[in-house]
Amino acid sequence: MSDQSTEFTRLPETDEEREDPERATREEVLDFWTERFGVPPETFEGYTFWERGAGKLWLYQGSPPSPVDIEGLGMTFLRTRQEHWKPTLEAVQRFGEHASQNVIHLDEDTARAFVAGEDQELDWDGDWGYLVVTHDLAGEAEPVGVGLYVYGELRSQVPKGRRREV
Amino acid sequence: MEPLDRYRPIIDDFEAFIDACERPLPSAVRVNTIKASVERVRTALADADIAYEPVDWHDGLFVLPEDSPGANWPYFHGWIHGQEEVSVIPATVLDPQPGERVWDACAAPGSKTTQLAALIEDTGEVVATDNNLGRISALRTNTERLGATTVAVTHEDGRNHSLKPFGGEGYDRALVDVPCSCEGTIRKNPDTLEDWTLSHVEGISGVQKGILKRAVEVTEPGGTVVYSTCTFAPEENEAVLDYVLGETACEIVDYDLPLDHAPGITEWQDETFDPSVADAKRIYPHHNDTGGFFCAKLEVPAE
Repeated sequence: MSDQSTEFTRLPETDEEREDPERATREEVLDFWTERFGVPPETFEGYTFWERGAGKLWLYQGSPPSPVDIEGLGMTFLRTRQEHWKPTLEAVQRFGEHASQNVIHLDEDTARAFVAGEDQELDWDGDWGYLVVTHDLAGEAEPVGVGLYVYGELRSQVPKGRRREV
Repeated sequence: MEPLDRYRPIIDDFEAFIDACERPLPSAVRVNTIKASVERVRTALADADIAYEPVDWHDGLFVLPEDSPGANWPYFHGWIHGQEEVSVIPATVLDPQPGERVWDACAAPGSKTTQLAALIEDTGEVVATDNNLGRISALRTNTERLGATTVAVTHEDGRNHSLKPFGGEGYDRALVDVPCSCEGTIRKNPDTLEDWTLSHVEGISGVQKGILKRAVEVTEPGGTVVYSTCTFAPEENEAVLDYVLGETACEIVDYDLPLDHAPGITEWQDETFDPSVADAKRIYPHHNDTGGFFCAKLEVPAE
């Protein structure tokens, strides 16, 4: 992985503009959020998508000339170039409120365990794969992170550095 | 407290000042309005049984008398960010507007950067620069946790900031919160003054001058620059402003600050400064029971 690269390149809009066949397009990114989580494409209007290293996508409000060689551009957003695309915790906390499917709502104790990084056996009758995990905060459901649901288990995907005993 | 004795001639009620410097400060948090409203943060803190006290001059600031921010739900969600009361001043004075381009010249660890992003309602562009990769990693972590999508991080010395990655475009505003001798943070870090030397003060003052000069250069005509430090040393405060007034076309302007403060000083030891440095503000710990701070507002004249 060339994660050490500091060169961000803007995603091509569509397949016709794509030179590297492995590279995601803006269209595919929007389709992913719609198909997996029901997030409408207009949610991302005004944002640009960038790739740094292989498969690590960033979302930025602004449009510097591509490529741009700097240390950070907005927030990390989506991991592609693997079998199942995986949204970041940051993306889900920021945009997960627009999700209408593959959203699992946890009670307080389960949410605490999730944020501490624990895997938990839970009932879920939806699709296996990456889920938007929510819990109640200040009286409303609030997206807290990404979970991976397989074999009757919700696996916490909270990165080690973000885990907390809340 | 010995290095602070040199300020006896310029600080009113010097004994109260020293007393205040010896008292620790409680934690304060700023509401991150990119992710939550002040009202929802109040509810979340109350639900978690975290005591909080309002700060009268800024409704998005709370003092947490019993808690340190870090291990609670509002923190995990990026709804709050630990930030000292006086550290909230410079971005407030800069007052960037939605859609504007802002340069944060010494950005890490990102408290003020993310505050700037919130003030522009996360629409526009905040270019955040730091010269230390370790601190940049903290800056990126904070930016991500607070969900800012308008922050671009560059690794360079602010004195040589390049506009090239952004197509050569200048800025509407710039925040120059420079590295300094940090005398004003003594209430947070009681060992701050242990390594104090006059030669460090004088050396860092050269860096401060270079960064402020670059900020004025990259700010468009009609734009605003805010210069701030968390120290009392005139060498790092008024002397830096005086230098930049001589080197560039900027002007120092007055501004309202709803906290008790003293004006910038126009004389220090053998030096006399431009009279307009009096429009800068000196905030002392005994004025408002905060940390110490210095903040000036500059304008680049319209063409």
